[in-house]
Amino acid sequence: MTRHSLLTPRGWLVFLAAGFVLIVLLPAANRLAAPGGWLYLPDYLVPLIGKYCCYAMLALAMDLIWGYAGILSLGQGAFFALGGYCMGMYLMRQIGDRGVYKNPVLPDFMVFLNWKELPWYWQGFDMFWFAALMVVLVPAALAFVLGWLAFRSRVTGVYLSIITQAMTFALMLAFFRNNMGFGGNNGLTDFKDLLGLQVQSPTTRVGLLIASAVGLGLSFLLCRWIVGSKLGRVCRALRDAESRVRFLGYSPTGAKLFVFVVAAMISGIAGALYVPQVGIINPGEFSPANSIEIAIWVAVGGRGTLVGAILGAFIVNAAKTWLTGAAPEVWLFFLGALFIVVTLLLPRGVLGVMRDWQTRRAASRATAVAAKPVEAT
Amino acid sequence: MNAIALADPIADTAMGDTLLYLEDVTVSFDGFKALNALSLAIGKGEMRTVIGPNGAGKTTMMDVITGKTRPDTGRVQFGDRIDLTRLDEAAVANLGIGRKFQKPTVFENLTVFENLELALKTSRGTFATLMARLDGTALRKIDEMLALIGLGGHKARSAGALSHGQKQWLEIGMLLLAEPQLLLLDEPVAGMTDIETEQTAKLFKELAGSHTLVVVEHDMQFVRELGVRVTVLHEGSVLAEGSLDHVQKNQRVVDVYLGR
Ligand SMILES: Nc1ncnc2c1ncn2[C@@H]1O[C@H](COP(=O)(O)OP(=O)(O)OP(=O)(O)O)[C@@H](O)[C@H]1O
Ligand SMILES: [Mg+2]
Repeated sequence: MTRHSLLTPRGWLVFLAAGFVLIVLLPAANRLAAPGGWLYLPDYLVPLIGKYCCYAMLALAMDLIWGYAGILSLGQGAFFALGGYCMGMYLMRQIGDRGVYKNPVLPDFMVFLNWKELPWYWQGFDMFWFAALMVVLVPAALAFVLGWLAFRSRVTGVYLSIITQAMTFALMLAFFRNNMGFGGNNGLTDFKDLLGLQVQSPTTRVGLLIASAVGLGLSFLLCRWIVGSKLGRVCRALRDAESRVRFLGYSPTGAKLFVFVVAAMISGIAGALYVPQVGIINPGEFSPANSIEIAIWVAVGGRGTLVGAILGAFIVNAAKTWLTGAAPEVWLFFLGALFIVVTLLLPRGVLGVMRDWQTRRAASRATAVAAKPVEAT
Repeated sequence: MNAIALADPIADTAMGDTLLYLEDVTVSFDGFKALNALSLAIGKGEMRTVIGPNGAGKTTMMDVITGKTRPDTGRVQFGDRIDLTRLDEAAVANLGIGRKFQKPTVFENLTVFENLELALKTSRGTFATLMARLDGTALRKIDEMLALIGLGGHKARSAGALSHGQKQWLEIGMLLLAEPQLLLLDEPVAGMTDIETEQTAKLFKELAGSHTLVVVEHDMQFVRELGVRVTVLHEGSVLAEGSLDHVQKNQRVVDVYLGR
């Protein structure tokens, strides 16, 4: 009771097994198995699964703030996109003189716009360490400023949702503008190298899948640690009775700001891992609908559980991949219907259903045992 | 000198030191004055009961003291120099002012144990809270409190599953674990059985002296049991003050409250 261990022994087993599948089995099935064999993982599935891992990180971040602290941010996609842009800028700078215009420093879209020199905010992005730092710092800084203003003024509930939606919408409009210097409508694409490796090569893709899986695993452990701490319990208390928490002497602003900034950092890293796998980042990633979708993943999986968020991200996105291939016009209706069904019928999500099912089975087993003459306690 | 004053808290003599002092506090909601130039002084170590009809402003008075409501005018002084009207709820709580709400408010989705853990007097900073670990002393304090409030067998239950009376006790337990100097108790025995009410009276009497208590109650039996100085609030100001027998003889008090 005093020391909350990070995971139960069974939890560690599942965690390690999932890690083994994503980090060892799948890469081996792609790189070592004979193409066409039944063990073979086709090349196109590698970045797809990697992408799901990034979404799952995003879902974890969402669950941390929404499921545990009651902050329904509908702008979480913005932090993901910002992390993605930071990575995109690094990848653009790696192109060097291999672009269409052969300019050694300026990305093609800048040459096209007749820009003569690199804007100040593109400086440093040719160095991986700097870009990697920005992937975390830029989303964190935005989250800090926005969160500080909102939480300090006690903006909660639907007002916070609206503010965060407005934020991501405003960023989308800004990034659409050519003179912002982020490639406007087209965004950043045509990447060549990442850390000296060809972005498109099958080996790099496997590497990116592994990196995404590791990112997901570490994010999960970090979130587990936070929600298992006393601060995590303060967050849950806040979610249910914020004003009561104040009367105990805790500052809700501090606790909320902490999880909001951590969630933004995880989202930024997810975006950075996502971009090289899909090969493009454009302002569409800031679209308000994306952020709403993240909330749906978490609701479907079961909020306030972390594991549910991961499940939800995988389930909904697998359905999306399949449906947008099979019947693209149905997808949005499906998503809407899913949201309604989950809210009305499965308020605790898929994980809630699974847990209920488990307890029911355990209970029926217990009654079966009790049916035999056993001394009553 | 202080001890003499404590020995007979009902006496109209001046208390030793004043711990809480409200002066001319007015709070209005859309023109309606919930508190109307209220002045009140509570001595250090004193227990005071506050009674008055519904809407008299008793809860609003606690809101003002705890930083929830800013008064339009007036001063609320704590100790020698702290002006409470400038502070927010968390800052007031950290000065050692604890509050029990009229409607029992515990964290329903947390366990009884977790509720007490959050209340325990520790550093409230965000990082300190993130890194906090329960040591042996803390655990012992929580266990003692569980025993005191009679919830020892319920520590792993979620607080939402408790009965009304048990929630009242849990909230009192949370209040005490924060080790406040001043306890503000808004209708603490509402929903309690007679036996529980008696136990509460006993507990409060033990706390008085080493703590300062302001108890709002409608239960006259309980007020009599506490046997301390009574302040009658009516329409946002003090109508009468003194021992229960004294205020019960006051014709205006009978008219607005006791004679209903
Ligand atoms: N936030 C608010 N907005 C408007 N009016 C309020 C507000 N809070 C309290 N009031 C009004 O102020 C008056 C005093 O309320 P208060 O809750 O302090 O009374 P009380 O003495 O605690 O009564 P009770 O015995 O019913 O608890 C009431 O008429 C109430 O309607
Ligand atoms: Mg009241």
